[in-house]
Amino acid sequence: MIKTNPIEIDREKGNFHYNTDYEFDAGVGLSEDVVRYISDVKSEDNWVKEFRLKALKTFEKKKLPTHWATKDLENIDFDIIRYYLSKGQMPSRTWDEVPDDVKNTFERLGIPEQERKFLAGVEAQFDSEAAYSRMKDDLTEKGVIFVGSTEGLKEYPEIFQKWFGKVIPTSDNKFSALNSAVFSGGSFIYVPPGVKLEQPLQAYFRINAENFGQFERTLIIADEGAEITYMEGCTAPKFETSTLHSAVVELVALKGAKIQYVTVQNWSNNVFNLVTKRAMAHEESEVRWIDCNIGSRLTMKYPGVILRGRKAKGEVLSIALANDGQHQDTGAKMVHTADETTSNVIAKSVSIGEGRSTYRGLVQMPGHLKHCKNNTECDALLINSDSQTDTYPAITVQGEDHSVQHEASVSKVSAEQIFYMQQRGLSEADAMSMCVNGFVNDLIREFPMEYSVELKRLIDLEMEGSVG
Amino acid sequence: MSTLKVQNLSVNIEDKSILNDFSLEIPSGEVHAIMGPNGSGKSTLSKALAAHPSYEVLGGTAKLDGKDLIGLEPDEISRAGLFLAFQYPIEVPGVTIANFIRAAIQARMEDSKAFKAVDYYKDLYKKMDELGIDRKFTARALNDGFSGGEKKRCEILQMAMLDPRFCILDETDSGLDIDALRVVSEGVNSMRSENRGFLVITHYQRLLDYIVPDKVHVMWEGKIVRSGDKELAKELESKGYDWIKEELAA
Repeated sequence: MIKTNPIEIDREKGNFHYNTDYEFDAGVGLSEDVVRYISDVKSEDNWVKEFRLKALKTFEKKKLPTHWATKDLENIDFDIIRYYLSKGQMPSRTWDEVPDDVKNTFERLGIPEQERKFLAGVEAQFDSEAAYSRMKDDLTEKGVIFVGSTEGLKEYPEIFQKWFGKVIPTSDNKFSALNSAVFSGGSFIYVPPGVKLEQPLQAYFRINAENFGQFERTLIIADEGAEITYMEGCTAPKFETSTLHSAVVELVALKGAKIQYVTVQNWSNNVFNLVTKRAMAHEESEVRWIDCNIGSRLTMKYPGVILRGRKAKGEVLSIALANDGQHQDTGAKMVHTADETTSNVIAKSVSIGEGRSTYRGLVQMPGHLKHCKNNTECDALLINSDSQTDTYPAITVQGEDHSVQHEASVSKVSAEQIFYMQQRGLSEADAMSMCVNGFVNDLIREFPMEYSVELKRLIDLEMEGSVG
Repeated sequence: MSTLKVQNLSVNIEDKSILNDFSLEIPSGEVHAIMGPNGSGKSTLSKALAAHPSYEVLGGTAKLDGKDLIGLEPDEISRAGLFLAFQYPIEVPGVTIANFIRAAIQARMEDSKAFKAVDYYKDLYKKMDELGIDRKFTARALNDGFSGGEKKRCEILQMAMLDPRFCILDETDSGLDIDALRVVSEGVNSMRSENRGFLVITHYQRLLDYIVPDKVHVMWEGKIVRSGDKELAKELESKGYDWIKEELAA
């Protein structure tokens, strides 16, 4: 059960609370005042404030989706969450200017090192706001914009306002509405026509405070012929109480553009990770979601692509690891709304101990379209006898001109396999890791190299102590 | 010099006694064969020595060069130098032969970073060529979709790469055609040395035409009931096991 933290509660003064660590703190619980507070702290334009307040009403009206999703959602107590915490400074351009406690956190996570090695730009978010944000100078010269949501809406409304909340409407689901009311941080990216980023941009999301909700908002627009790879990583410390992470990520790939969005989520086991991710793919564009979910208590995330331009391509490659006390409810949505569009979904899940993984897939191809293709493969691996998996594919195809393939498999690591591998000298844990790595290997090969190494390491860590 | 010395070994599976006070000593440099009818406990012996979790050792010792293997984990026994070629090699999807053998070699190294990939592949290809295994198999998943003969060759390949001090071959001849049998036997014979011992478990004398044993033991009801030289195997082949049973009953 979630318990309240009495130190942070100060309801008499209208839910606002300051403490020594955070300059700005929206207090505990959700109300119009909290939403106004967040908007005021950010000195937002009126239209943004109105957008938030309207979203709050939508959030309050919408029910939790427990008629199809897990009842665990009911354990989220929206009244005890802190919706905004920040140190009140603009993101620094150098790590030296980042406050020590924050800098040390990211140092330990290896972010500055990765930046030096292989990234074109980094944004590091600590609770509600980015503490650090920097992109290579030549990209700025080419007109690439890489800023936070606040700055994006304030400084570049002509670019971002057009698509903001359009790929994922506020009312899409209860959590997209919540995010729309209280969003803070995230990345707003614009890549001008024809500009191809050779190195990835990366954002790192860190939850630091207990009882805190992180609601970053990301909008990436790749203009005609542009190419970008964006990667995000996430972690949080292990608290006694549950934490909520509820992001909204919108991608817009204009004609001929390519967007690759990579997530390596490694939240601690008390995080509710309820994220809405969707892309709009225009003519001949390509959008690829690479989604790895390793931690969290409950993840619900179904990256989607709306294929609205002729010959657009959408792809979701997804890996989920559900360990004890975890439920990875993940999948993909492919909505075909133009001719000759193709989509590909490959989802692999590993359930360890009492972990549970769920695949939900949605494919829509209406009858008036021609020559659309979808391929879906979902494979589940069960490690222990208590491990669980379930699959809910929803494929709606009309017309006779389309090609759709769906394959699903469930396999189990057997005691005989482990014995066999041990007989060659591998420890039980190494044998198990090898089986799991082997299972996900052909997918991991699709990942950017730096991430595949990290992912393998994370899988090995997860497998420790999972045997027996 | 290596010696496998099994003394007074008693093994149950699901509370049923399979091996009862079993003893056997095999010095290195020798090949011993164990023959016996179905259910006599031959495979139980090999699985128990390798510490398969379904087999419960009630008592006795199994010492490899003085070190008792009983009570060790299967991987510790492997690293101590005991290799078991399986009667039915297990399929491991997703794990390639090259990566698997590499991991097994690295598990034996004090410093796994000292592993030299170039030397490894040179050695691996050489041994694959000798066993008539297509080099493309390095990228194939371990035993996954292999024919019976391919699986057995792969067992011998692993044995050759891991350089064990003592090898148990559990009905390696089952499911092999005559050509595969010859190739596999040549692989085993090339590994015979003063420093390595072999225990060959088989139903049929045929295998022992290729891998000629120094001693042959007959197993029945969990015990060795008769030992002799290679002629004993031929006698069993022509007369069957009934005469031994009759002699024991008498």
